[in-house]
Amino acid sequence: MDEAQAIHPPHDKAAARPTLEAWRSLALVTVGPILLAFLFCALALLIAGHDPLAYYLYVVERGVFSGQGLQQTLTRMAPLLLHAASLIIAFRAGIWNLGGDGQFLLGAVMAAALGPVLVTVAPDWITLIACMLLAMLVGALWSLVPALLRAYQGVNEIITTLMMTFLGTSFANVLVKLIFLDPATTVPQTRTLPVEDRLAWLPGTTISSGLFIGLAAVIIVHLVMTRTAFGLRLRIVGANPKAALHAGLSVSALTVIVFALSGGLAGLAGAVDIVGVFGNVRADWNPAYALAVVPLVFLARFNGWATIAFVFFYAVLDIGGESAARRIGVPQYFTLVLVATMFILLALAEWLDQQRRARQRS
Amino acid sequence: MSANGNSASGKPAVELVNISKRFPGVVANDNVSLALWPGEVHVLLGENGAGKSTLIALLAGLQQPDEGHIEIAGERRQITSPSAALALGIGTVFQHNMLVPSLTVAENLLLGAPWWQRPGRAGLARALATIGKDFGLDVPLDAKAGEISLGEQQQVEIVRALLHKSRVLILDEATSMMTPKGIEVLGQLMRKLAASGLAIVFITHKLDEALNFGDRISILRRGRKIAQLAPERLKTLDKTQARSEIIKAMFARQDEQSDAAAPLPRPQLAAKADLDISALSIAPEPGLPGLADISLTVRSGEIVGIAGIDGNGQKQLAEALAGQRALASGTIRLGGAPVEHLTAGARHKLGLRYLTDDRLTEATVASFPLNLNLLLKTIGEEPFWRRGIEQTREIHAHAEQQVKRYDIRTPGIHTPIGKLSGGNIQKALLARELAGDAKAMIFNKPTYGLDYQNIALSRARIRESAERGLAVLLISTDLDELLELSDRIAVMSQGRIAGIVENGPEARWAVGNLMVGEAA
Repeated sequence: MDEAQAIHPPHDKAAARPTLEAWRSLALVTVGPILLAFLFCALALLIAGHDPLAYYLYVVERGVFSGQGLQQTLTRMAPLLLHAASLIIAFRAGIWNLGGDGQFLLGAVMAAALGPVLVTVAPDWITLIACMLLAMLVGALWSLVPALLRAYQGVNEIITTLMMTFLGTSFANVLVKLIFLDPATTVPQTRTLPVEDRLAWLPGTTISSGLFIGLAAVIIVHLVMTRTAFGLRLRIVGANPKAALHAGLSVSALTVIVFALSGGLAGLAGAVDIVGVFGNVRADWNPAYALAVVPLVFLARFNGWATIAFVFFYAVLDIGGESAARRIGVPQYFTLVLVATMFILLALAEWLDQQRRARQRS
Repeated sequence: MSANGNSASGKPAVELVNISKRFPGVVANDNVSLALWPGEVHVLLGENGAGKSTLIALLAGLQQPDEGHIEIAGERRQITSPSAALALGIGTVFQHNMLVPSLTVAENLLLGAPWWQRPGRAGLARALATIGKDFGLDVPLDAKAGEISLGEQQQVEIVRALLHKSRVLILDEATSMMTPKGIEVLGQLMRKLAASGLAIVFITHKLDEALNFGDRISILRRGRKIAQLAPERLKTLDKTQARSEIIKAMFARQDEQSDAAAPLPRPQLAAKADLDISALSIAPEPGLPGLADISLTVRSGEIVGIAGIDGNGQKQLAEALAGQRALASGTIRLGGAPVEHLTAGARHKLGLRYLTDDRLTEATVASFPLNLNLLLKTIGEEPFWRRGIEQTREIHAHAEQQVKRYDIRTPGIHTPIGKLSGGNIQKALLARELAGDAKAMIFNKPTYGLDYQNIALSRARIRESAERGLAVLLISTDLDELLELSDRIAVMSQGRIAGIVENGPEARWAVGNLMVGEAA
């Protein structure tokens, strides 16, 4: 977890007050690399024979300024924010839960299996809550094996969570194709939750109210991690497990709890995407949100508010990029190229800045 | 012990001339001169921090001297790197093993040379056959280095030095983890190697080994070479005489003027609770000694010192008492009530406090602010947290108060504690451990690495806590410190208590004797 420690938010209230130095370093370490990333990617677009300016403008236009696009962007934020909440807990506690996609898909499949059946006998709100709780439970359970291995055997969770994600993705497919298959359709998919039974839209829009679940999750996680004794314990485990043991914390138990919470939130993301947007799970569906959110959470340095901003930014690129793929022919993957370039340049700027500070000190 | 080849060549194999080496805040070597003669086993004796390791690092090419120089076979040379040291014929067997555990012994021995110069497995076996015949060394070439015994691993390292045609072989605390049988074998091997004309440097803490295997004994203390027993002189002394002469040199007080025969009498203002340890054992781990049958009572208001060479189980004892290490058996009682089944947090709450020697990576979270580090062991407790919610005002007020009370010099209570100096971190830790209703206190090397002023301050706090009625267990490798503060001193050796000495005029010699291993 060295990398995470290196860019761990310095716990210093005084530093939050903007000074000239702070603005300067913000420009140098944050804004500069982002602009540079756009520039590099523009070059890549040029080489590939596209007009970068047209592409960027189109993405922003479709992602933010067209009414329909903005609504899609805000709807897309819901699962991304829940993944972000899941990752903030884990990363702050020094745990690399990279199994979010498996936890997400299994949560989604279970929600899609339960929802359409339960809604025939129970009111909508009970169905929705039941789906979300079930998905959280499934997500948490899917993280249990890596949790126990890490907590009691010291097995590296990066490997185990990734393995569990491969298994989870395949298992979700098995469930869709063999067990929860909707006999009424020809494409393999689960039964569908009718649109009128899904999470409500915001009045006068098509924005899923899942957005608020996502926002609430990130904000609650942020406050818990920064303002409560429980969050402080997790942060100590993350920053220095040896000190945590010395301080009398049960590192093993806390590790398992972190996995459960992180997996649960990833599962909830799956449920919210199903009962809010899609209504069913098709075979081979895997939006792979979790791995896309990892760099965003790092860019935000595990800060909830900054994470919301970065998630919005990414959702714009994602939605805009989808449209651009259809219209301009730049593949959707280009969004990831842009985010990855940004991340590398930001990390580089951070490193250079630390070198500079070290030189100044000596 | 007649093998003495210095007359043959007339020159030492390697000579250190007026070497000084400083690190920030410490003079590790202060004008040390040392001659290593072919055919001799030269023993270096000294307490922790006497400067032995630094001397070895200079010879092994890991460090460069600030002053002085090194002569090899009469020529002035610089040893710029470990491979340069090997090329100059200086082989080192370090205290901690340097073999790659997943490679075979043969692969380990072949490491380092460029591929076109490697003799290959067959060439290696041929070279080994000669060495093996001469010295009775037999290493299993195809075994994985991680799977052979400690003694065998050491032999592999010695073989490596011999393969490089070393003329000097340094054995750095080679016997510290070995059985008596293994030590005997190593001793005979050293004699044979010396007889073949090598210069051997043998570092040990055990006086008997020094006297049994050494031709020449040099004693280091606080970076200086304070005594040397040349072979001619050693031969004229019998073992008891040699022992007492060496112990005197090793443990004599440095500044005679301030020699306090016993600790200053302390008033005792209150009685709290006794700390009672009985038959405590823990299992050994790879590289760490276990504890065997430790029984000790620290009465309320008493300071009991734990002396011993570093790494003889002191840290394990402290951790076992604090609840950070599982016991194999035994009981720990605080004020009569057993606590050995409780967690570290629960023991802290009951008043059993542990000040660890690892200030930066165990005691604190370096990137967290001072104010939170002051409460690290009481997270979630009122009034600083209410129903789990942080009460910023109370936390800050508490920090301000502790900063004032313990004179912690810091830019502010929000400063990450890792940015403070060692002395100020120690003040913060003292503030944390002594807060609330402390009943028993374990100090582990409380003045290690501190400057003069902070040492005096820490010692005053230790005395104060005994005055307040706490039962104090003081672990230290500094004998002067123990003699200044303790009422009784227990000496630990290989995970056992070798003896307990009442502090008094004779304590220095009694403790010193126990530390280097009492004559059988």
